[in-house]
Amino acid sequence: MRFLAFLIRRLIGIAAVMIGVSVITFAISHVIPADPAVAALGDHATDEQIAAFRAEYKLDRPLPEQYLTYVNDLLHGDLGRSIRTRRSVADDLADSFPATFELSFTALLVSIVVGIPAGIWSAISRGRLPDVVVRVLALAGGSIPVFWLGLIVIGLGYYQLGWFPGGGRIDAFVAPPPLRTGLYVVDSLVAGDVEALRSSLIHLVLPALTLGYFSTAVITRMTRSSMLEVLGQDYMRTAEAKGLRERTVVLRHGLRNALIPTVTIIGLTFGSLLSGAVLTETIFSWPGLGRYATASAVSLDFPAVLGVTLLAAVVYPVANLVVDVAYYWLDPRIQRG
Amino acid sequence: MADRAIAAARGGALAAVRVPALREPLTILALAIIALFALGAVLATLIAPYDPLAQDLASRLAPPNAAHWLGTDQLGRDLLSRVLYGARISLVIGVVVVALAGVIGTAVGLVAGYAGGLVDEALMRLTEVFLAFPPLILAMAIAGALGPSLVNAIIAIAAVTWAVYARLARGQVLALRRREFVEAARAIGARRARILLRHLLPNAVAPLLVQASFDMGSAIVSAAGLSFIGFGAQPPTPEWGVMISEGRNFISTQLWLSLFPGLAILLTVGAFNLLGDALRDTLDPRLRRNQ
Repeated sequence: MRFLAFLIRRLIGIAAVMIGVSVITFAISHVIPADPAVAALGDHATDEQIAAFRAEYKLDRPLPEQYLTYVNDLLHGDLGRSIRTRRSVADDLADSFPATFELSFTALLVSIVVGIPAGIWSAISRGRLPDVVVRVLALAGGSIPVFWLGLIVIGLGYYQLGWFPGGGRIDAFVAPPPLRTGLYVVDSLVAGDVEALRSSLIHLVLPALTLGYFSTAVITRMTRSSMLEVLGQDYMRTAEAKGLRERTVVLRHGLRNALIPTVTIIGLTFGSLLSGAVLTETIFSWPGLGRYATASAVSLDFPAVLGVTLLAAVVYPVANLVVDVAYYWLDPRIQRG
Repeated sequence: MADRAIAAARGGALAAVRVPALREPLTILALAIIALFALGAVLATLIAPYDPLAQDLASRLAPPNAAHWLGTDQLGRDLLSRVLYGARISLVIGVVVVALAGVIGTAVGLVAGYAGGLVDEALMRLTEVFLAFPPLILAMAIAGALGPSLVNAIIAIAAVTWAVYARLARGQVLALRRREFVEAARAIGARRARILLRHLLPNAVAPLLVQASFDMGSAIVSAAGLSFIGFGAQPPTPEWGVMISEGRNFISTQLWLSLFPGLAILLTVGAFNLLGDALRDTLDPRLRRNQ
């Protein structure tokens, strides 16, 4: 019952935030000095052409009316028509989303699988060599520009070593698996297509590692510091004094409690994953939302850019809600408080 | 310069706390790196061996050598000189973004925390809205809308950064406003602005300083990222993101073109992050125990 109230309160909060988000995206798209009509039609467009274009995209109405039309369209799932691709933005987003999801999810998986053990290892060997190495790597991960890392990784993994492809989701000569989820790895598994599976997996390696490094660093640091906090608690000493093996003490008594802040930080890294995906996809020619956003922004395709912006702004609070729900179940103290 | 900054920090805002973290080797290293880049930025006109824009096609794409310590780019421009001038641009970006976002965010947070009620509710909802956007994507939309330029990139990054300061400052005010010294100031009839600026702000400044150090780093990375995809500084400006982007076509054969400006970013940002860690450990006694 209390959980339901909590959920409803959070959903109302998200709805309020979404109204604000729509005001901001509207403001960005309608207070633009760089004229989208001129950008789309070129400098040599006639006044009539520009007027017709403005009428088509409703750029000639008063602002409040434009905003209401805008929100009404949004609520009907209509994000407008892309100036660049001439397709509905919602369709474009639906087509690019699976690629971004596959990449970000793999990157997040890598960060969790690497970050949590690295953080634990660092904490239990505090001050010794493994701790120093992990901390330096984590510091670098938090400071490295993702686009630069991507270039260096391509330079080494593709040009120098030739072990990995330099970009794209699948080899040009391999037929993509029949579309079901849009996730190439899942789709080729379902279709039993070994060649497509191999190709899409090997294409994931470099971009996922590049994108995942930052969140790995964040998760490692958070796990380390919360683990250190937990290791100093009385119940840890008790567990040790009882004669339990170190492994049991650390993993069963320590990790469980240390994971709570880590779960929160995983939710918070979602935003940085999406930002990172924009640059990573651009570098690895990964046909997802990020590359769609940059390509659209370069050609001043506002409906498209704002479609991505809006989608990202919805994903982030929702991801945080999911985390809060997980948190609610993980930490009984919150349920009582 | 950095020495004086440390001295000022020790004698000034941080005087109340003992500062063991600022004496740790890693922190000293971080301060040294920041000092080095700051010095390079200030003295770029004097110490850069070449004009950062001067082309010398005869010696284009030269690997690092005695005449060009970091090599030359596709137009024969000296990379060391360009990296030095780039420090100037990146540090200014960091300072301006942090100043803009810090002042606006802190002001909003102070007002929200002190006023409470509806004002607080409305302002905090506003910060939530800004925090919902992934920073780079919103910055890209804003920079795209205003037109690609370095100034617009700075405005865009500040626009996605201020909300954090608002939340931090508000949290501090909420924790402080019922304390005796605030009550006392109010009792002797101090005006609201005076209470906010002279009594609350100085006591709320610690977490804001920590955040500022981290944001120096993230502003520099974001600006370079925006420039890299064409929404910040424009060629031939010797900005680090622009330089990495220009080196992109030579990544297979002349890796150094992108390597050195990237290393410069990594070092500067890493130093600010280290400094942020040290400040936080110093100012947060709860964490100090664990270090």
